[in-house]
Amino acid sequence: MSKKMHIKLNVNGKDEEFLAEPRELLIYTLRERLNLTGPHIGCETSHCGACTVTLNGKSVKSCTMFVAQADGAEVTTIEGMGSPDALHPLQEAFREHHGLQCGYCTPGMITRAAKLLEENPNPTEEEVRFGMAGNLCRCTGYQNIVKSILAAAAEMNGAKEAAE
Amino acid sequence: MKDDVTSREDRVANLKGMGCERKRVEDARFTQGKGNYVDDIKLDGMLAGDFVRSPYAHARVVSIDTEAALQVPGVLAVLTAKDLEPLGLHWMPTLAGDKQMVLADGKVLFQGQEVAFVVAEDRFAAADGVEAVEVEYEELPVIVDPFEALKTDVVLREDLDPNADGAHGPRKHPNHIFTWEAGEKEATEQVLDAAEVVAEENIYYHRTHPCPLETCGCVASMDKVNGKLTLYGTFQAPHAIRTVVSLISGIEEHNIRVVSPDIGGGFGNKVGAYPGYVCSVVASIVTGKPVKWIEDRMDNLMTTAFARDYHMHGKISATKEGKITGLWCHTTADHGGFDACADPTKFPAGFMNICTGSYDIPTAYLAVDGVYTNKAPGGVAYRCSFRVTEAAYFIERMIEVLAIELGMDAAELRRINFIKKEQFPYHSALGWEYDSGDYHTAWDKALKAVDYDGLRKEQAERVEAFKRGETRKLMGIGLTHFTEIVGAGPVKNCDILGLGMFDSCEIRIHPTGSAIARLGTISQGQGHATTFAQILATEIGLPADSITIEEGDTDTAPYGLGTYGSRSTPVAGAATAMAGRKIRAKAQMIAAYLLEVHDDDVEFDVDRFVIKGAPERFKTMKEIAFAAYNQAIPGIEPGLEAVSYYDPPNMTYPFGAYICVMEIDVDTGEHEIRQFYALDDCGTRINPMIIEGQVHGGLTEALAIAMGQEIAYDEMGNCKTGTLMDFFLPTAWETPNYTTDHTVTPSPHHPIGAKGVGESPNVGGVPAFSNAVHDAFRPFGLRQSHMPHDHWRIWKTANDLGLHD
Repeated sequence: MSKKMHIKLNVNGKDEEFLAEPRELLIYTLRERLNLTGPHIGCETSHCGACTVTLNGKSVKSCTMFVAQADGAEVTTIEGMGSPDALHPLQEAFREHHGLQCGYCTPGMITRAAKLLEENPNPTEEEVRFGMAGNLCRCTGYQNIVKSILAAAAEMNGAKEAAE
Repeated sequence: MKDDVTSREDRVANLKGMGCERKRVEDARFTQGKGNYVDDIKLDGMLAGDFVRSPYAHARVVSIDTEAALQVPGVLAVLTAKDLEPLGLHWMPTLAGDKQMVLADGKVLFQGQEVAFVVAEDRFAAADGVEAVEVEYEELPVIVDPFEALKTDVVLREDLDPNADGAHGPRKHPNHIFTWEAGEKEATEQVLDAAEVVAEENIYYHRTHPCPLETCGCVASMDKVNGKLTLYGTFQAPHAIRTVVSLISGIEEHNIRVVSPDIGGGFGNKVGAYPGYVCSVVASIVTGKPVKWIEDRMDNLMTTAFARDYHMHGKISATKEGKITGLWCHTTADHGGFDACADPTKFPAGFMNICTGSYDIPTAYLAVDGVYTNKAPGGVAYRCSFRVTEAAYFIERMIEVLAIELGMDAAELRRINFIKKEQFPYHSALGWEYDSGDYHTAWDKALKAVDYDGLRKEQAERVEAFKRGETRKLMGIGLTHFTEIVGAGPVKNCDILGLGMFDSCEIRIHPTGSAIARLGTISQGQGHATTFAQILATEIGLPADSITIEEGDTDTAPYGLGTYGSRSTPVAGAATAMAGRKIRAKAQMIAAYLLEVHDDDVEFDVDRFVIKGAPERFKTMKEIAFAAYNQAIPGIEPGLEAVSYYDPPNMTYPFGAYICVMEIDVDTGEHEIRQFYALDDCGTRINPMIIEGQVHGGLTEALAIAMGQEIAYDEMGNCKTGTLMDFFLPTAWETPNYTTDHTVTPSPHHPIGAKGVGESPNVGGVPAFSNAVHDAFRPFGLRQSHMPHDHWRIWKTANDLGLHD
């Protein structure tokens, strides 16, 4: 075992500070150390996206990143996206449009979709499909996931217009 | 008595009962990251287990040195077969009547086989320990081809007496497992010999894997103070697992609690019992601490639950006009190192004898030979009811091959051979009684919806344009009409390890008019908490939103055989309706007492009992529920509860018509799905939104299987597809939009007429995609090419047909 490293993170708005082995993976930190079990492990090779979180404004697959690489970063997981009383429009839309079945890919899907809509608030179906291609789902065949994201985009754009 | 202020229509809507698109109650927790999957479970002092796995497909284990591993910081124990042997746990029974090594007992039979189990303080230490275990192997000749396995002198299963019968009768060779037959051999051969037209073809349905996004895993926790074992895990059949654990461990069943928490997809992967479960239980007993074992993706793809791997040799005969007269099929089934299928006991080849499909075939014969090879053990039903996918693929390919032989249109050939509506219940030549169907209506609706004649015209024009050199793209029209057999099953002929395949539901109505119902099944994404409440809402007249559905905890749920083979709705759904009717029967007596009339003078109306002919006099189910707990009613026990164990009188037979229109680039082998139309008839529809979601998902799994997904081995038995880099799972980018449609032919024997739908799209989807590829090349002489139709294979097909010249 190697010397432990001093890590600082801000996760869902909360500062965290701890000692970790150099080989500790970010997904392990989140799930085991911080008890944020929303992000899941599906492949540990970056293919499935079940572990997707937002790190310093980018979608990141936390299963293939050492926490040491994330030192000093701001991380958002599904747990930081909405509250039971004020769901994120994507969380509402996935339920409304049946965008999930077993739920295992869902936290990663929603986290990724939020980032996608931030970068492109008004995507076409094709852009959604391309932008979500790093997140695998075995249950839904994506049709209702795409529908959910497009509906959330419309909802968010409508809310923005109303606010302006 | 209150005034009836709401309309009947409003009262129906308020229930959110059967037929409505009720939103899912599961989604709140899943969309907020609050699901509770097995890897989310944390118990005090919990340890982690991991396997040392064999790098060889066939080898003797000469020695295992665990000394260095035990010196690794954090490693507490290393289990080998020698440690398990005194407990009699170094082997375990499979669900198919075979036995399987829990840890390598002297030899290994497939790459990735479990050799030793390292128990450590956390996952990282366990992985370090695995690295430090030294195993000396002596390589043996590797057999990966089932046909060679039946000829070679190399004996894979030295533990079996070569002269003794197997679990399913005589064995012909040391590497042979069973022969299973259905139908009439001689009569079929006579029909084939005398036939005007016979088409013959070899059809291989390749090995693949269910690959749910969540892998398999468990947490075993032995409480030595109370003598109670709790086993959390990704179990599609928690009660069956409890019984198996009891039988092999000797712990009495009342001291075992099995819990299936949220499951991240199953698709058949999570039906069987795996060495990881046994080792975790033993490790927990040895250490006195909870032990967690979670597969990584490579473990999952390489070792647990492959599917298919059926080599099917078929002959189909017909008159010159295309009326089918006979069907013959011989299948060589590659089961890998152990026969670890999860089939009902009497069906070692599952329901492969549904391979006469949707057609009225008077004479047929099927034989299946199971064979051992040096591959991972299985094979499970990957989103299908026990080999129904193989059967559907076989017949839907044979129909296409026959159409080529006859020079006929494949849609018309199907139409003239469909079992007619008036022939149901229909007795098939291979022994099933199809409960209901209306294939012609479904077929005509499908052909019309896609403008079939127009598509054929366009295709013919395309072929001409291709020949003139104006395009390099061909167009394929993939047709399928499938018939499934699901809902296993009648206890008289379906059991697993002697456990009859009934299912169950227990309902408790609370005094204030809400309820909890518990079932013997377990959802893996199917939305049971939503749909079973809908069935009950309609049956007992309380809103679905007031009914909690609970599954998966064997301490509280009634005994059931679990969720696979599309059996939840046909069996547990029926139990739910029947338990609801028991509630209603008692409610009727209570209502009659409260209304001071005879039991026969009241009738059920949506959410209440009304006096016949005087509907303004009624008692709502909510009022009746309260009365059940607060009134002393002569001759009626207090409380309002019911339980039903439902043994279905027959299977159900969902069917569907699928049409896929595909563009194929002859030079790159790439394909594009231009249109996919899926008509499903699953009988009564409980929640159309969920049905459509199931169809989308199943079709996407079918797309994967047909177009690229495979578990492949090299000649040394190395698994070449152990990661998601090599094992194809389609992304949103590769997946088309699907058009769904339906007809409704209720099951005559099911209490609510429902048939099950979850697996139909996989069963029907694979032949639809594959037939589209074949159909594109039919004008150039293609009869059969094997799946998966990845870019390379399609390119190769085009090349072999001379289309690149």
